Amino acid sequence: MNGQTPANQSEIRFLTPPTVEIKKKRYCRFKKNKIKYIDYKDPEFLKKFLNEQGKILPRRVTGTSLKYQKKVATAVKRARHLALLPYVTDMLK
Amino acid sequence: MLNHYETVFIVTPVLSEAQMKEAVDKFRKVITDKGGEIVHEENWGLKKLAYPIRKKSTGFYHLFDFKAQGDLIQVLETEYKRDERIIRFQTVKMDKYAVEFSEKRRTKKEETEKIKEE
Repeated sequence: MNGQTPANQSEIRFLTPPTVEIKKKRYCRFKKNKIKYIDYKDPEFLKKFLNEQGKILPRRVTGTSLKYQKKVATAVKRARHLALLPYVTDMLK
Repeated sequence: MLNHYETVFIVTPVLSEAQMKEAVDKFRKVITDKGGEIVHEENWGLKKLAYPIRKKSTGFYHLFDFKAQGDLIQVLETEYKRDERIIRFQTVKMDKYAVEFSEKRRTKKEETEKIKEE
């Protein structure tokens, strides 16, 4: 019977994952290194802003400012149209 | 007033080398005949497509940087639509940051080529 309880305890412990809030100071990488134009022709750079399925990452994750997030979005959409980036995929990285 | 444009198109891989060159020359002529001026040209060659277009998974990419009047783009795009060798095309107007960027990229490329020659 008691062999059973430690299992429950370990399960309980996993039920509530440790929520340590990583406070990473986010900054807009375009403002920081003065990038003015996001080129839609090199997919390697744009992949940094896509997740595994090829979807565009939100600003709260990448930390880019609104102005450059829009430029990234148009660049990604242009690259997708030219088949440089897939619309949807499973293993992008 | 001449605007800066950048057009990229993909030619079907089925063509032979000569046909592919002829298709590219045809579009170069379309631009230069109508008063456009090609600033820079790039051929990325055969590349794998991220998703199949018209049942083909590879394609010849070609890029033109050119200055032209606004109405030339309409002619160029209808030309693209008519030609069945072109499976995808995209024309983009370049703002001043884009022009600056392409010049910087070109000078960097020339430098790397020079280093390779030495």
